Amino acid sequence: MDFNLSEDHSLLKDMVARFVRQKYDFETRDKIIKSDTGYSPEIWGELAELGLVAAVLPERVGGLGGTGIDIMVVMEELGRGIVVEPFLATAVLGAGLLAEESATGRGPALLDDVVAGGHLLALAHYEPGARYNADVVNAALTADGDGYSLAGAKSVVISGAQADTVIVSAKGPNGLALALVPKGAGGMSVRAFKTHDGFAAAELSFDGVAVAKDDILLEGKAAEDALGRAIARGTFALCAESLGAMESARDATLEYLRTRTQFGVPIGKFQALQHRMVDMCLEIEQARSIVLLAASKLESDEREKHLSAAKALTGRIGRMVAEEAVQMHGGIGVTWELTLAHVAKRLVMIDHYFGDTDHHLKRFQKLSNAA
Amino acid sequence: MRLDYTDEDKAFREEVRSFLAEKLPSHISKAVKAGRMPAREDYITWQRILNEKGWAVHSWPKEHGGSGFTPFQKHIFEEECVKAGAPELPPFGLNMLGPVLIAFGSEEQKAHYLPRILNCDDWWCQGYSEPGAGSDLASLKTKAVRDGDHYIVNGQKTWTTMGQYADWIFCLVRTSSAGKPQEGISFLLIDMDTPGVEMRPIITIEGGHEVNEVFFQDVKVPVENLVGEENKGWTYAKYLLQHERVGIAGVAAAKEGLKKLKRIAAETDAGDGSTLIEDPAFATRIANVELDLMAMELTNLRVLAQAQAGGAPGAESSMLKIKGSVIRQEISDLLRRAVGPYALPFMPELELPGANEEPIGPDGANAFAGHYFNRRKYSIYGGSNEIQRNIISKMILGL
Repeated sequence: MDFNLSEDHSLLKDMVARFVRQKYDFETRDKIIKSDTGYSPEIWGELAELGLVAAVLPERVGGLGGTGIDIMVVMEELGRGIVVEPFLATAVLGAGLLAEESATGRGPALLDDVVAGGHLLALAHYEPGARYNADVVNAALTADGDGYSLAGAKSVVISGAQADTVIVSAKGPNGLALALVPKGAGGMSVRAFKTHDGFAAAELSFDGVAVAKDDILLEGKAAEDALGRAIARGTFALCAESLGAMESARDATLEYLRTRTQFGVPIGKFQALQHRMVDMCLEIEQARSIVLLAASKLESDEREKHLSAAKALTGRIGRMVAEEAVQMHGGIGVTWELTLAHVAKRLVMIDHYFGDTDHHLKRFQKLSNAA
Repeated sequence: MRLDYTDEDKAFREEVRSFLAEKLPSHISKAVKAGRMPAREDYITWQRILNEKGWAVHSWPKEHGGSGFTPFQKHIFEEECVKAGAPELPPFGLNMLGPVLIAFGSEEQKAHYLPRILNCDDWWCQGYSEPGAGSDLASLKTKAVRDGDHYIVNGQKTWTTMGQYADWIFCLVRTSSAGKPQEGISFLLIDMDTPGVEMRPIITIEGGHEVNEVFFQDVKVPVENLVGEENKGWTYAKYLLQHERVGIAGVAAAKEGLKKLKRIAAETDAGDGSTLIEDPAFATRIANVELDLMAMELTNLRVLAQAQAGGAPGAESSMLKIKGSVIRQEISDLLRRAVGPYALPFMPELELPGANEEPIGPDGANAFAGHYFNRRKYSIYGGSNEIQRNIISKMILGL
């Protein structure tokens, strides 16, 4: 058993950490989240140039690994810096699907451009009213001439308006299909919005969007398996990201306890706050453990149980860390100008992607009791 | 990064398993699995079997009779012991006094006491806490006054676990009142048969007898029974407490408890034809503690990996103590709830060795409420969880 990062992983971690520290300060991020695009094309280009997209792709397609630990190392550091660049949507979800072994059509050829930072992706899967149920697919592809016509709606699609290509799940003549829909396609309407945690998302609806045979990335069982893997990787990435955000909240709070003076002493001298701080640190260690465990099981047949365990526990602990950090900061903790406030928001809102604590706790029960 | 055991560790686990299958007496494992306290002679029997194999203690260097296990091997060994229903050996001689003697004792003390500890020829108990010195241990008042070749000891110790079985007690006593309270403490070994030593049972909340009070009235203790230097006892005591907290997470025991809980919940009718494990409220509580335990098992392994790499057990063990105690208490709460009204009968006689009276309600149910009350001790002993938080705050967070 060895819990140390390999040299390659340490280098990757340091590189991302340094980049985030140097290029992603509060003002920069604040401008980005208030901008129309919702991300910085310049920073995204630099991240791609550093090889970050490649880092989470398998070697088969020219990536650098794409294992659980690769994802964890990158996401943890992006989480520390509450980076809102479209990494999850484009690299983890989108590029992961383009890189699937059984992918067909024109999709795989997009990969080079995606890896180079020139092409953004989004996965449009969850539907209005389906809440966190990934099995609901009412969007439909019907035969139309040489190709298909796509009809349906997708809800809270991260990067949905930014993406150059949206990967849409739909029921087709051959079962589940993942279809590529380019930005601005006729018949696709986009209602763009920002999220509380600073990301850009959209409601998408499709009304007779033309989909060529060549646009079909995956079909049938291959599409189901690939979608399952994509959601698993996305879920795991969020767990790792939240761990990084928790550590950032912890460091900020610890620093505050050491420097903020009241009644003539640093407030960290008060036992009431010391014990709260200890409990926060303890839970963060637990979060790290469950994320490590999920990383090690990402390619195994116990994947889903461990993912639900990780999502449920990091969700529970993330909320606790967010609330405790804000509480210990006092009034300043509830102001926009404090970085920690945005970390706290990310920690709380991260629970709303791919199933929250309750959803995954229930799912974990089923998977664990069946084992 | 590699989260699985090495082939050597896996082979070691097999070795431990077959050893336990062959050597652990079934009457002992049966009692342990039923949650009963084994009899004194059962502990001694098991310790001697282990000692013959060289596996009685892991915290000692090999030249003194330690097993030489790596931290991971120790963990595997303990896990298999719990699974097999082996009694947890009393730690007082093996894991508390032993390391102190090895580090600070004289050559004569080591030569005399260590082999006797290993073979359980002497049963030791711990004389630390006093009625007025609990979390604030350094305020202890039991006095030892030098009188020629002897110390004369007067005072009282309390919470003396398994003291009713003990032949000897190691005590912290006050030999000076000058300076800070920590500076006047000495570490003394006292024969329980010495005139003036008196033991009285403390009956704990559930009705059991694990702990005692020990009274000392003009007890004559030879000066050669002093460990290390006079007035340096606090240093030795802190050293001991560090060893005491190792393994305190109780991961293996918690895992067995959870397994039992899930089995009972799956077998228990919720009263409406469904089983308890299908009850959303109950199942949610099980799932939550299961998550905490999954994470803690890995946290424990992470701490072990640090130890394996040569790190000393530090304040991290305080983290494990807090989390481990709370998880085990939660499991004991759920076990009590799982059996519903059959948690109520108070029939401690059913838990005594050799009891054969028919229980009321499902098998094992009789013990659960008692265990629940007894397990409140987990977050109190070995330095209360609040004291552990103080330690972490100071040692890790630097607050």
